[in-house]
Amino acid sequence: MDSGRLYLAVGVGGFRRYATYRAATAAGIFTNTVFGLILVYTYTALWDERPQLGGYDLAQAVTYVWVGQSLFKTLANGGGGVEGELMERIRTGDIAVDLYRPADLQLWWLAADLGRSFFELAARGVPPFVLGALMFDLALPTDATTWLAFLVAVVLAMLVSFGIRYLIALSAFWLLDGTGVAQMVMFVGWFCSGMILPLNVFPGLLGEVVRALPWSALLQAPADVLLGEADPLGTYAFQAVWAVLLLAAGRLVQGMATQRVVVQGG
Amino acid sequence: MAEDMGDGFEGRGEGFIELDRVEKVFEVRKKTGFMKRERREVRAVDSLSFRVARGEMVGYIGPNGAGKSTTIKMLTGILAPSGGSLRVAGIDPSRERRRLAHRIGVVFGQRTTLWWDLPLIDSYKLMHRMYRIPDARYRENLDRLVELLDLADLLDVPVRQLSLGQRMRGDIAAALLHDPDVLYLDEPTIGLDVISKSRVREFLREVNAERGTTVLLTTHDLQDIEQLCSRVMVIDHGRLMYDGPLAGLHEAGESERTLVVDLERELPPIEVPEARVVKVEGPRQWLAFPAGTSAAPLVARIAAEYPLVDLSVREPDIEAVIAKMYAEKATA
Repeated sequence: MDSGRLYLAVGVGGFRRYATYRAATAAGIFTNTVFGLILVYTYTALWDERPQLGGYDLAQAVTYVWVGQSLFKTLANGGGGVEGELMERIRTGDIAVDLYRPADLQLWWLAADLGRSFFELAARGVPPFVLGALMFDLALPTDATTWLAFLVAVVLAMLVSFGIRYLIALSAFWLLDGTGVAQMVMFVGWFCSGMILPLNVFPGLLGEVVRALPWSALLQAPADVLLGEADPLGTYAFQAVWAVLLLAAGRLVQGMATQRVVVQGG
Repeated sequence: MAEDMGDGFEGRGEGFIELDRVEKVFEVRKKTGFMKRERREVRAVDSLSFRVARGEMVGYIGPNGAGKSTTIKMLTGILAPSGGSLRVAGIDPSRERRRLAHRIGVVFGQRTTLWWDLPLIDSYKLMHRMYRIPDARYRENLDRLVELLDLADLLDVPVRQLSLGQRMRGDIAAALLHDPDVLYLDEPTIGLDVISKSRVREFLREVNAERGTTVLLTTHDLQDIEQLCSRVMVIDHGRLMYDGPLAGLHEAGESERTLVVDLERELPPIEVPEARVVKVEGPRQWLAFPAGTSAAPLVARIAAEYPLVDLSVREPDIEAVIAKMYAEKATA
């Protein structure tokens, strides 16, 4: 119970830390809206040529764009969450400060990242979505249940996303400079989470593979729940399995990292 | 043996921190050619033994890479020793890191435990939860630390806007909110101005005197040691080279004090049996004499035999003493 209060405090702190940078938030909203517009016009051209591509009609495809732009920072599917800070702490040796605390490293950073995610959802997710809905015809559900089901899928996606990024961050214990890995994973993340094109558009074996990877639990899964294209319970199960696997792997690697790796610096 | 295992020994004066032949060996892989790597062992701490009693304030010094930080990391449980045994408050640090964490406070001068982007008070609220400090105790400790470290105006300021000295005071308060029995300070005055330094030192003296907090202080600033610690341990190459009172360090290092005399006029070097002239500059002369002896007879003799105008005595620089110790060790 007590430790619950600690991690809640860490989460609230994570939320508030990101809330202090208002100019960055405003710039981000602008960027996501502009990207959304570019993608909407690209998709419109594409769906004009190939109606019902990937099982979506045009309104669903356009909705998918705005869901993607709204969740871009929340899910950090290209990186940009707390993992950057964690890697920097490992590189400089500041991680020592985190390690001597009476707290669990993974839970601590998970709480901080969830706080960040909820802030990004509220501050950077809602405005582009509302703007998109005002400018275009979106295929939005009218019942509260679907919206609620969508939000649950978003929260599960946050866990999967953290699971991936925590593993990337821990690689810094061995590589020291994790920028290369982070960049590679950013491109993989963009492509495999469906930021560029929805994953159900991908043909054949490639489609089968990307839809099974953890990244498809990030954007594609909640988007399909919102669009009524997927059964929420099946989606949750898929997301939960990846979340558990990734978080367990994170624990394992964390144990190895803190056992055998020297903490950098004097 | 039985004593070491019981809980009772924690409260006794002896051995609150105990190291018995502690070793830490790192394996370093060096690239020696294409796809070829050579493994080499680096002994950061080598058969290190010492005891620190409850309430003691001990300086722990040595050059860069001597093994100071490695020792501190083993004492916090972040690193496990490769050999020997280690106990802090009866706890094996690396085995029970979390339990020990509640009883120790750590300040790394070059790192911060505070939340960079948020007001100082937010970090303290987090400590409140993290260390499960009872509410009344937390408020009492916070009030006292805020008063002693003069933090009242800083509580609502984001940490990134604090000066280095302010941040350090903030970090020290954060390390003491949960009433730790042991405080490890790693370069607590690094980069601080003279006023901030003396403030931090004064505060540490008070904490040690009032709460009986055991303090292990690692520093490059020997004034920290001179003003705070009655006992000093010198480490080099992972071995303890000196452990004793600060004054003894001068004897161990055969250090000398310097008497600076101003004469009425330029004269040949002063000849006295107690001292030797090391430098002459016009009417001013510098005389070196052993640190263990009194300056009075020397001054009396010079005043009687020479036209003395003014004089001053310079204390030996510990830094020089230690440098001399290292040099002797190297040639021995």
